[in-house]
Amino acid sequence: MSNDYAPMWESLGMDLKAHDALLDVLGQGYQDIYLAQKNRPEGMSYFDFVMSEVHGLRIKELLDEKKQNRKIIGSYCVFVPEEIVLAGGATLVGLCSGADFAIEDVEKHLPRNTCSLIKSSFGFKLGRVCPYLESADMIVGENTCDGKKKAYETFAGMVDNLYVMDLPQVKSSQGRSLLKKEFERFKTAVEELTGNKITVDTLKEGIKVVNAKRAALHRLATLRKADPVPISGLDALLANQVFFYDNPARFTESVNKICDELEVRIKENQGVFPAKTPRILISGCPMAVPNWKLPWIIETSGAVIVGEESCVGERGTRNLTDDSGQSLDELMEAVTDRYFKVDCAIFTPNQKRSDHIVEMAKAYGANGVIHYGLQFCQPYIMESIPVENTLENLGIPCMRIETDYGMEDMGQLKTRVEAFIEQISD
Amino acid sequence: MICAGIDIGSRSIELVLVENQKVIETRQTDTGFDPISQAKKVMEGIKFDKIMATGYGRNLFELAYDDALTVTEIKAHAAGVRLEFPEALAILDIGGQDSKSIRLNEQGRVMKFEMNDRCAAGTGKFLEIMAQNLGFALDEFGPAALAAQKDLQINSMCTVFAESEVTSLIAKGQDRQEIARGLHLSVVKRAVGMLNRVGAQGPIVFSGGVAQNPCMVKMVSDALAKEILVPESPQMMGALGAAMIMDARG
Repeated sequence: MSNDYAPMWESLGMDLKAHDALLDVLGQGYQDIYLAQKNRPEGMSYFDFVMSEVHGLRIKELLDEKKQNRKIIGSYCVFVPEEIVLAGGATLVGLCSGADFAIEDVEKHLPRNTCSLIKSSFGFKLGRVCPYLESADMIVGENTCDGKKKAYETFAGMVDNLYVMDLPQVKSSQGRSLLKKEFERFKTAVEELTGNKITVDTLKEGIKVVNAKRAALHRLATLRKADPVPISGLDALLANQVFFYDNPARFTESVNKICDELEVRIKENQGVFPAKTPRILISGCPMAVPNWKLPWIIETSGAVIVGEESCVGERGTRNLTDDSGQSLDELMEAVTDRYFKVDCAIFTPNQKRSDHIVEMAKAYGANGVIHYGLQFCQPYIMESIPVENTLENLGIPCMRIETDYGMEDMGQLKTRVEAFIEQISD
Repeated sequence: MICAGIDIGSRSIELVLVENQKVIETRQTDTGFDPISQAKKVMEGIKFDKIMATGYGRNLFELAYDDALTVTEIKAHAAGVRLEFPEALAILDIGGQDSKSIRLNEQGRVMKFEMNDRCAAGTGKFLEIMAQNLGFALDEFGPAALAAQKDLQINSMCTVFAESEVTSLIAKGQDRQEIARGLHLSVVKRAVGMLNRVGAQGPIVFSGGVAQNPCMVKMVSDALAKEILVPESPQMMGALGAAMIMDARG
């Protein structure tokens, strides 16, 4: 792939040698983790293709869109409303962050004790290996946790197109009003970037497209309630990850196609793992591509993941946006309502998230919950203790894991995961 | 039917043979640099029908021996400990590189566990390195600490930082036995914290190689303000448990 796309990457100012090395590692990891799985749905071949072309064909498509004068907006967070981006005639893509890269360079700018997610986003920039970032006409940073909001101050000096969005921390009327104002400001920024005025029709259309994408993932999630499970947690996670990169309409169609196949599997009682395999719900920090370490350990240790309470997962996609509004303001209110429900751990208090974890554990028949916290991610790590208490008081076993993108704790993680599976399956 | 349990730890390998829930043989050797050859050596000349591996080398062993099954140290220690102490409701297991606390229910089932992450702080390796720094043989280290007149505060939990701290304490002319006691105390604090995190209550058993250290046993008991139970061969609990689980499966 590198031969075909080298001129394109070069034109984006990327470091070709470093990028080749990254793609090699990614390709090998994908082979070992994804392609090594058994009984995969045939429809997953689409996602295999998407992943094999994640820095190739998809980037070419984006560059072709740019040639047609369509703008590309990059984001690091589910709080950036894709409805507004689409309504402005632009395309939203998730930016790279899921692997350690150029760490020595990153640590010149960020303290060592910063979470891997933030460090990684800097690494991809400093190492010049993220074509999404290099293609973006606007990069949206959002004031979520302290780590991210302070990191954007530094990041602003590395790129010339950073737009920072403020976010509330309390779900009060003032908080909601801040979010609404920020979304209004973002709408104006998108209009200025694209030169297109957002109208009732374009916003309605944007909402429709994004809702369809989410609805397809809801359908997929529901099918995972079956025992035997028709799809692995790794594959479902991949669909949730590709959600951030792919062309929305094509993504929706592909997920629905997999769902058709899974429905047949369920009817025929066919699973990806045997019936009665211990079922685990993962909850916590988002897992960006290629952060597959923990799911891989879980699913090669005798359990199956039946749900992700994560921004790359159900927390990020569970709610749809009401599209019944007749005026721009009504639709903007609906967009605000939808995003204001996201129960990110930056909110205080955040009881809804615990409630949702319990609800998911029950709905998907999970035997236990693994709470995944990235080291130095204070909001999720702090919430992991009350979450664990809530779950255990209800008799749902929970194990808290704190890790990063490094591989040196694989042995210990495997022991802990295996012991947890023994605990919940005895 | 004879069932074998093999515990391939970071420091040592233990083998236990069980027939009808009774131990018929136990063996032990160092892990060295080649765990599988060492495991083969320890298995020389013995016959068994089924084998279950535990410990950090269990997956390696499973690859080398097609017929082997595996179980984690957590479940294996629980099974081993409950054989000797059927009343046990919690376990502290400190081995070479790992330390763990486990809470059991009345039936001996694992309800909750904690394990150190990544580094060797609070493990046997920590004590071993510190003994070496202070010029003690490993089996002298516990008794020497026990003989110290007073506790001395060691602040660093990190093995490498603790080494520097010990070096500076030696340079200040501090008593070597007191330093030894301070080092034991720092491991004990961590172990007790881990027991509290799983909500350990009722009879607690101390297993794993570090339970052979008399100072550790005394200090853990003191910190918990109750007697802590120690198996006759605490280092054998993992292998014993693995063999028992295999035997019970039939």
